[in-house]
Amino acid sequence: MDGQRVKQWEARCIEEQPPACAVGCPLRVDVRGMLEKVKVGDFAGACAIYGRFVALPAVLGRICDHPCEAVCRRAEAGGAIRIGAIERACVEAASGTIRRAPQSARKAKRVAVVGAGLSGLTAAFDLAMKGCAVTVFEAEPRPLSRLMRDYAGALPSAAIEADVAALTKLGVAFHYEARVDGGTGPLGLETLIEGYDAVLLALGAATAASFASALQVTAEGRLEIDPTTRAASRAKVFGGGAHGRPYSPIGSAADGRRAAASIDRLLQGASLTASRADEAGAGARLYVNVAAHAAVPPVAPVAPQAGYSRAEASVEAARCFPCRCMECVKACEYLKRYGAYPKRYVRDIYNNVGIVMGLRKANRMIDSCTLCGLCDALCPNDLAMGEVCLEARRDMVDSGHMPASHHDFALRDMAHSRSPAAAFARRQPGRAECAVAFFPGCQLSASSPWHVERIYAHLAAKISGGVGLIVDCCGAPALWSGRRALHDEVTASLGETWRSLGEPQIVAACSTCLKTLGDVLPEMKARSLWTVIDEIGWPDGARPRLAGPLAIHDPCTGRRAIDAQRAVRRLAAGLGVELRELSGAELTTCCGFGGLASFANPDVTDKIVDRRIVESADDYLTYCAMCRDNFARHGKRSVHLLDLVFPSPEGGDPAARPDPGFSRRRDNRVRLKARMLRQTWGEDMSDPTPEIDLIVPDDVRADMERKLILVNDVARAIAEAEATGRKLKDKATGRSIATARIGEFTCWAEYEATAQGFVLHRAWGHRMQVEAKP
Amino acid sequence: MTAAPGADKPPDVADLVCAVCDRPLEMGKVEASYLGQRFPVELPRCPSCGFVYVSEELALGRMLKVEQALEDK
Repeated sequence: MDGQRVKQWEARCIEEQPPACAVGCPLRVDVRGMLEKVKVGDFAGACAIYGRFVALPAVLGRICDHPCEAVCRRAEAGGAIRIGAIERACVEAASGTIRRAPQSARKAKRVAVVGAGLSGLTAAFDLAMKGCAVTVFEAEPRPLSRLMRDYAGALPSAAIEADVAALTKLGVAFHYEARVDGGTGPLGLETLIEGYDAVLLALGAATAASFASALQVTAEGRLEIDPTTRAASRAKVFGGGAHGRPYSPIGSAADGRRAAASIDRLLQGASLTASRADEAGAGARLYVNVAAHAAVPPVAPVAPQAGYSRAEASVEAARCFPCRCMECVKACEYLKRYGAYPKRYVRDIYNNVGIVMGLRKANRMIDSCTLCGLCDALCPNDLAMGEVCLEARRDMVDSGHMPASHHDFALRDMAHSRSPAAAFARRQPGRAECAVAFFPGCQLSASSPWHVERIYAHLAAKISGGVGLIVDCCGAPALWSGRRALHDEVTASLGETWRSLGEPQIVAACSTCLKTLGDVLPEMKARSLWTVIDEIGWPDGARPRLAGPLAIHDPCTGRRAIDAQRAVRRLAAGLGVELRELSGAELTTCCGFGGLASFANPDVTDKIVDRRIVESADDYLTYCAMCRDNFARHGKRSVHLLDLVFPSPEGGDPAARPDPGFSRRRDNRVRLKARMLRQTWGEDMSDPTPEIDLIVPDDVRADMERKLILVNDVARAIAEAEATGRKLKDKATGRSIATARIGEFTCWAEYEATAQGFVLHRAWGHRMQVEAKP
Repeated sequence: MTAAPGADKPPDVADLVCAVCDRPLEMGKVEASYLGQRFPVELPRCPSCGFVYVSEELALGRMLKVEQALEDK
């Protein structure tokens, strides 16, 4: 996998982007994380988070001007979360529990901070945490004197004392009534520059006129500083507390933080300017589906002066959605299964592919995606996990790391549908020209072969210019399994067949064939059977009666085939169906066959199907044979569109038609070929005769389907055992046990000879080979 | 037909005899191999002709786990 491409995929998933509140906060406080704690009454936990971002929590928690609230997405559904009031409740309840430990430094760098305002003290805190020896010089007799004056009602002196005590505990030294100027005296700037590794002039609103002799000062009497780095006109000297107007406490704190970051860079010998764009705070990129949330108004405190009680704060915090994207994960059982979201999955997959020694733990995860495209349809940035998984599968195949068991069965099934036993292509009997060829696909031929016969006869009767038939596989299993060479081979062989018929336009019954052929053999100009029938109509004749409305399920591979989707709806309506929509075609889900996911991880695909089939109590209408059969196997009454016109020759309720299963599908393909060549083309074909008479009870058959064991393979094992005598006898039951190696699979059968034939009791298998050592 | 299929008990190894040699199975050395890896195991086999028996429990249990671990290597 290309690392650059992986980075682009990762960047598309915005789940890890900060929510609007954090982006709107100059200190990037993790408000969402705090509210999660407050929601459950964990005020100490909330304060612990707050204390990681805020130097003076007891102070700022009471007076913050909360720009976060102006951008809170809850504003669109009842009103912004009262984050400021919640923070106040937090620090009132638990700011005393905050514990912070500084980094230890072998030889502490010395930093002088001039000014004990919010900006200066935030810088002092940040630098002390980095292991610097910080000394604060303050002209007034106490710190934060301006806040004491401006926020007299909101800010108890105990809060200031607590935060300053915490700074002292971190090793910050304070000198009060120590007015620094631009001179050379003991408190002169020159002396500080001499005695310290860096000097921060956090003067706040105070004039810088007294530094004019040493530093450049603006016409308004303020320090001339670089807006990005806060560097003053002399090396080692920085300015803080100049964030602009109107005054914002959190803006002032952020200003001190920016200056401290520059000082830290200076002390580390790093560039002052490199990659600081992230501090600028662009708009939030995190997508939030606000429409999914009902409007809830903010909690009004019972005592407005006192602010929120703990209980009120918790209820208000619970109004936080919280902001997350997770649009794809919410909709997809596969993405849900692994507990994270695409950004992480892309990284896991990339790491998995790169493993040289050790277990590749994400193999099954990569092969469990149905490649259905639902995540792509939902993602605000069109990230397609199917694309990622398919790329990884190709990589696994190319490097010889694709687990053989994941796709072996499906690829054997593809090989069968392409084999001379099942595949064939013919022009219309008695016609030299072939304008159109019907391509039913391997699964319609296998699931409801009579549909193929009836549709072919109908097309041949209605369309002029000769209608051919190509019963073959489009190669989707090869594509989905990441086998590029095999897929190319299938494509080349199909192209040859198509040319041998005279390059007819392909009419495909299956949305997967339509998509696959459209992608790799565009010269076939493949079109959907449904748009063709929409033009030529159905044949005349009696139709089965419908019991009630049908809910329409579109196949995932036809997600973008809008013409076919519309044609199917028109056709169904024309047949008198009262049609109901499920999710609509664009947001349809996979039946589990897509991407061969059900072969690699049936647990995941069972969940996908089980979720889909409870979306409506109506019978489902599908136009994909695999969708219909998978729903049927999960107990959902479902009809194929063709069932509405061409009921099964065996009769019965079409919505109750059982899933034929893999073994019968193969039989159906073989019989379809024999019957059509005999009846339509008058060729000498006989039906296949089984090697032995094998009776497979329904529960044994269902168990074999789950284990992906074919009846024919078991029959071969039994036939061999009976012919050679090589088998085990069970003295207790009188039954026999046979085994045979079929391809890369060893299958076992426990059976019993009866007058009617052999009755199968159990089948199982493994891939490992075992051999007795002499 | 005898007992309901599927619902009945799996065969007991002690009851199994090799149909060719007419000898009960005995535990013996067997070489298992998958994806080019070979390792010795003890499995029931015919002491005469070496017909090895892999029970369903083994095939879908321990053996499957080893197969999957080897596939993920």
